[in-house]
Amino acid sequence: MSSFLEADLVVRRTGYTLEVSLNAERGDVIAVIGPNGAGKSTLVRALAGVVRVSEGRITCQDMAWDSGDGSPIRVQQRNIGMVFQEQLLFPHLSVLDNVSFGPRCRGAGRRESHRSAQRWLDRLGVNELSHRRPSQLSGGQAQRVAVARALATDPAVLLLDEPFAALDVGVAMALRFELARHLAEFGGVSILVTHDAIDTMTIANRVVVLDEGRVAQTGTPAEVAQRPRTEHVARLVGLNALRGHSRGTDVLLLDGSRLISVTPLDGEVFASFSPSSVALTLDEPVGSVRNRWPGTVSSVVPHGAAVRVHLDAGKSLIADVTPDSAARLSLAPGRRVWAAVKATEIAVYGTAA
Amino acid sequence: MRASTGRRTSPHQATADSAAGPAVGRAPLRLLLPALLGLGLLAFPLLSLLARTPWTTMPARLVEPKVLDALWLSLLTSTIAMGLCLVLGLPLAWVLARLSFPGRSFLRGLVTVPLVLPPVVAGVALLTAFGRNGVLGGPLREVGISIPFTTTAVVIAHTFVALPFFVISVEGALRATNQDYDVVAATLGADRWTIFRRVTLPLAFPGIVAGMVLGWARSLGEFGATITFAGNFPGTTQTMPLYVYEALQSDPDAALVLSVILLLVSILVLALLRERWLYSAVR
Amino acid sequence: MSPRRPARRVPAALLLLVAGCGGGTTGEGSSTLTVLAASSLSETFGALEDIYEEERTAVDVRISYDSSATLAGQAVEGAPADVLATADEVTMRTATDGGVTATEPEPFATNTLVLVVPAGNPAGIETFADLENDDISYVTCAESAPCGVLAKTLLDANQIEAAPKSFEVDVKAVLTKVELDEADAGLVYETDAVASGERSETIEIPKAAEGITSYLIVTLKQSEDPSLAQEWVDLVLSEKGQRILGEAGFGSPP
Repeated sequence: MSSFLEADLVVRRTGYTLEVSLNAERGDVIAVIGPNGAGKSTLVRALAGVVRVSEGRITCQDMAWDSGDGSPIRVQQRNIGMVFQEQLLFPHLSVLDNVSFGPRCRGAGRRESHRSAQRWLDRLGVNELSHRRPSQLSGGQAQRVAVARALATDPAVLLLDEPFAALDVGVAMALRFELARHLAEFGGVSILVTHDAIDTMTIANRVVVLDEGRVAQTGTPAEVAQRPRTEHVARLVGLNALRGHSRGTDVLLLDGSRLISVTPLDGEVFASFSPSSVALTLDEPVGSVRNRWPGTVSSVVPHGAAVRVHLDAGKSLIADVTPDSAARLSLAPGRRVWAAVKATEIAVYGTAA
Repeated sequence: MRASTGRRTSPHQATADSAAGPAVGRAPLRLLLPALLGLGLLAFPLLSLLARTPWTTMPARLVEPKVLDALWLSLLTSTIAMGLCLVLGLPLAWVLARLSFPGRSFLRGLVTVPLVLPPVVAGVALLTAFGRNGVLGGPLREVGISIPFTTTAVVIAHTFVALPFFVISVEGALRATNQDYDVVAATLGADRWTIFRRVTLPLAFPGIVAGMVLGWARSLGEFGATITFAGNFPGTTQTMPLYVYEALQSDPDAALVLSVILLLVSILVLALLRERWLYSAVR
Repeated sequence: MSPRRPARRVPAALLLLVAGCGGGTTGEGSSTLTVLAASSLSETFGALEDIYEEERTAVDVRISYDSSATLAGQAVEGAPADVLATADEVTMRTATDGGVTATEPEPFATNTLVLVVPAGNPAGIETFADLENDDISYVTCAESAPCGVLAKTLLDANQIEAAPKSFEVDVKAVLTKVELDEADAGLVYETDAVASGERSETIEIPKAAEGITSYLIVTLKQSEDPSLAQEWVDLVLSEKGQRILGEAGFGSPP
């Protein structure tokens, strides 16, 4: 049995190559995350048909969108809806005309598409705005209209390219919950490109991590958050994740230093621990702590009730300390400190995605 | 005035809201002075013309048959030329703005050539193409079609000189419209023709209007190409500029009055075009 | 505008700009002599210019050719020129009425109109009356130019009712259109027909004597060197000058 959406594609662009394999079922909401330049937007645009696929296949609902023979079906013929970061609502059309644009293009009559557009605006909670122009809308309102416009064509695949990035934090929060609800009700596949950890956790049921054009990790949001296999995701969820080679409980890290764990493993591993497990001292620590590295503070930032310290200890580390400790140690950029982590606080797992 | 829009402020928004006026400093003399000089250069000859014109003779002149003929001919040919510019120039501008193909910059350069061509040279070029012994005109003559000395020739001359103005203006407007909207429309299911009709064209509308105004104005004042290619005969090919030139030779006062008539007609047409259409239809 | 000798046909307007900077100054070094001449004089005055500059190497002669009406008008407006030569009395009167003539204008040549057809006479015109045919297209000068007035006189005298297809700005434009075979025939000065040589053929106009024009020459008040200006006038009226004019097809002055 084939999946609702199957994509096996290679996109060659100047500077890097994107190579992704993706399967999705009805109702899946997939968050695509990764650092800048990893190829997230390229992936979404390739699925839409806006960017040419160099090799590979894309199939949706058993219809071949691109069978790799050099004549993919055009954007217009794919059953997709797309929501952009900048909304891109047609400035010369009213909100109602914007949302009914899709259905009208696909053959629906004027009155019918207006009615269907009104229904969608209603569901998104912006019904009373139907006669306004996009320039008269707030950011949140505009994005709701953009979502309504994309869904009005009843797409099989909904593509969202960083939909909240241009919105104020408060507005984004509100919209996020609503969108989570709509996407859960949506009968097709949603693919959401995002930079935001919260998006990932609250909206998606699957995560695909891209790094330098390749899939670095997939899983549920919880799996990916607890065991990040890329520095980017680790940063995203606020964990330290160090890569190294393990022999038994002895891990040789990339910068040459050693880490002792309590999980015997052989092979390439990630070692992750939370910032609150990192203790900072001015002098080399004594005692049972096996993992200790000298480093230099690069930034000190308030983080909730604690203070988050970024330091460079041959590897990049995050440590959370109390404001009190920060003051006592006079933590400031340039300060030389020692970082120590108990082996029992470290989770070690293989790199296989 | 909008309250918090919930959007992150872009740099453009910041300067627009703060009104780059007194806050940024007074207008420097270094800019004001040349600006006034430029304005003077433009306005002074026009004001002198208005001042020296024997206004009392104007009503009488306005009803002279030759004047009415020339006026009507000018308006007719310029308007038809505008129509041709729209029908031919708009697609050409679209091709230059939206399609990419080898030789595109060459084609764009070609379109601008009539702009830098002295009008009489343009007339000579038209003769070599469409004249009785022209490359195309010669064969046409065999089947009984002769273009010079006809009103059609005037329209062709006007279109030839006005088309570059129109195409360049519209191409600029088309390039300025965010091509992302084309992509959006495509994802919603619009084919290229629908995208052109419902997205590109409306968004480029101000630029198209500006192009038409420029082209119409250029064709209204066209002299050299018209007289060289089409000739000068009252009622058929004698447009207002040709008539003014002829009057200048025998009756300078008449030339003054006619110049002012042409000036007033041009201003009238421009005034009829709502300023709203010339600037952004989309705010 | 004739495509021949483009360098000689400096528009008077341009001269106004250039001559403003030290035209016609006497003294050491070269001086400039500026002549405004009807376009039909371009070949003959050009030859005279060569002769003059050979003898008077210190003088730079600048001749501006245009329609007589335009030139007379410019002279009245104060164009910095030394001599004015027009193709008829009417346009010279503009200059005298405008008060810019230094002396009494003198006739120095006459000219009459002829009918020219393109080389090979493709339309097969045999007589002047053929202009009445519907499928013959002919051109003349505009009536604001002397050659236009003459053309009208002769057309009326011969009772030709068919109108020309176009009234050109000056006689050179008429000649060019005929030479290019863009018109079947045109009315130009005899001198133009002579100058055109092989490029056109000439047909005499009946009652041509009714349409003779007198060419007049005069020195201008605004001349900075009247004696220099008079030298030119003298040259035109001299035996040498008259011979050159005669060879070009001009008639002798009355």
